[in-house]
Amino acid sequence: MTRWGMVIDLDRCTGCAACEVACKSENNIATVPPHQAEMGRVMSWMRVLAHTVGDFPDTHLEFYPRPCMHCDNPPCIKVCPVRATYIDPEGIVGQIYPRCIGCRYCANACPFTVKYFNWYGPEWSDSERQHLNPDVSPRTKGVIEKCSFCHHRLQRAREQARAENRDVREEDYQPACAEICPTRAIVFGDLDNPTHHVAELKEDPRAMRIMEDLGTQPKVYYLRARR
Amino acid sequence: MRREVAEKLASLPPDERVLLRPLVDTSRGFYVMAGVFGAISLLGLVSYILQVRYGLGRTGLNRPGYWGIYIICFVFFIGISHAGTLISAILRVSKAEWRRSITRSAELITVLVIGFGAIQPVIDLGRPDRVLNVLLHAQWRSPLLWDVISIGLYFMSCTIYLYLPLLPDLAIIRDSGIKAPRFYRFLAAGYTDTPVQRHRLERAIGVLSIVVIPIAVSVHTVIGWIFAMTLRPMWHSTIFGPYFVMGAIYSGIAAILVAMAVLRRVYHLENYFKVVHFDYLGRLLLILSLLWFYFTFAEYLTAFYGGEPGEMRTFWAKLTGTFAIPFWAMVLGCFVIPLALMSRQATRTPVGTTIAGIAVVIGMWLERYNIVVPTSVNPRWEVESIGHYLPSWIELSIMAGTFSGFILLYMIATKIVPIVSIWEIKEGRAVVQEVADRVAKYSESYA
Repeated sequence: MTRWGMVIDLDRCTGCAACEVACKSENNIATVPPHQAEMGRVMSWMRVLAHTVGDFPDTHLEFYPRPCMHCDNPPCIKVCPVRATYIDPEGIVGQIYPRCIGCRYCANACPFTVKYFNWYGPEWSDSERQHLNPDVSPRTKGVIEKCSFCHHRLQRAREQARAENRDVREEDYQPACAEICPTRAIVFGDLDNPTHHVAELKEDPRAMRIMEDLGTQPKVYYLRARR
Repeated sequence: MRREVAEKLASLPPDERVLLRPLVDTSRGFYVMAGVFGAISLLGLVSYILQVRYGLGRTGLNRPGYWGIYIICFVFFIGISHAGTLISAILRVSKAEWRRSITRSAELITVLVIGFGAIQPVIDLGRPDRVLNVLLHAQWRSPLLWDVISIGLYFMSCTIYLYLPLLPDLAIIRDSGIKAPRFYRFLAAGYTDTPVQRHRLERAIGVLSIVVIPIAVSVHTVIGWIFAMTLRPMWHSTIFGPYFVMGAIYSGIAAILVAMAVLRRVYHLENYFKVVHFDYLGRLLLILSLLWFYFTFAEYLTAFYGGEPGEMRTFWAKLTGTFAIPFWAMVLGCFVIPLALMSRQATRTPVGTTIAGIAVVIGMWLERYNIVVPTSVNPRWEVESIGHYLPSWIELSIMAGTFSGFILLYMIATKIVPIVSIWEIKEGRAVVQEVADRVAKYSESYA
């Protein structure tokens, strides 16, 4: 069974945030004006979190690129009163924008805080408007949105594979963040398919998941930085 | 008041004369206050229209401070609604005779406040136009859906529970002919107080007062579960169901005390809301303030002793950090003030209980604040930054609007129905001998 997942090598991550930019542009994520951003309303399905470790002067920064964890046991799905968030058979946790009532219960239930709310209707600058992605539906005000592992790319890959009468290959389906990462820190694929890189990487001794002990079974793995 | 109405009123027996007076005699002060509360309600309505038009961005909510004033008010209002259930149902079931004059005002609070509580989550919705999706695409594992069901059931049963004991009084108004005859003929539904009718009515009330108790308990339990079912620090707690029910009853008693003090003053009901009523309710308030401390202490000690880093961040944010002021104000309002005032006979007076009641109402609002906001803005993962939440003017006006709306409707209700149950007071006088016999039986010797 296919289980799409991601392995992020923190040793390779330079914190350049190219993944954030690629994600925003790929998924038509609305731009939030500065005063709104200050209030904590930035929308960024992929977000590079910087964490300072140690006390001055012996400090260093750790970067955690954080998409949705696409948990196998997602706490957000259980609490949604209208089935607007769901997990598909291949393990991708999705959001049904036209059904979401905007109660933000899923956002509060998510221990990883990866659910974003449209406080206002979406806005894009003129330059952004010129390259909105036609494959991704824009969200209205008042609904939750989240990382979809660029699900539209999977659909395209599936169609292509079907047309060529073969299975979806690893290189056919890569989310924008994994595709853009200049240090190849983000690796994406089928966790259950031994021919995919992620299947091997997730068994690495450095591999860990955020707050694994909560039992939500995230499908995003991190490889701890060597030091 | 017109002359013929005044004459009709004067010809009624003493209880009716006092208790029906507010229905036909409205002071100028009433209109002034109604105007003030009406204006504030209107401000709230305008604010809501603005919020719907521009989006929830007009609030101070953000990520991760997803929930704020509306959810606080939701929990708070539904909590207050437990006033009617406890005072009325439990006291009725336990045959506490002193309940007779206070049940009506408590039941009225319940019904009105459920309405104002139930609209809060809808105000909080990003897409209120899709609220029916809750029924169309119901997802039964969501505590929010459990809430829709239990609050719906609660509202219906409480409305019937308010209406049934109203019937004999509505018949009294109809027969007296002091006000809107056709309206009261319709409301009284043919009730003529024959022995058979009275017997059936009392049986129905008896059954309902038992049925309504587990429903009320379920309502606030499920509201507690909305928080407890998540994996968030200081929400994910087994104590939340009972803690919320206890807090609801506590704030409910406090609200009824405040309402009684006001009604007593403006409608001159000193003979119905007697010092003894405030004294007894004050004793209940005292017991609940101790219970509140017990629950709160148990909750915080457990979190502290475990010392889990995620929990501790929220814990210290409440005790000494960003939320120290609301936290300690809550302790003051919910524990120190009521305990100090209610533990002494000398301060368990109408004035003393009213002050304690106000302190508890404010304290319990703050308790809901201290539950909703600190956890919301303190994510469990230490790498994620801590949020902040400051309500906007839109949120504050909507809150003021719902409070005023409730008070306004309560005021209007006192002009439609007698705020003290006339027939139950009379029945109380009639059964004095019966009660005395019952009490005598308790200590009957076997000799």
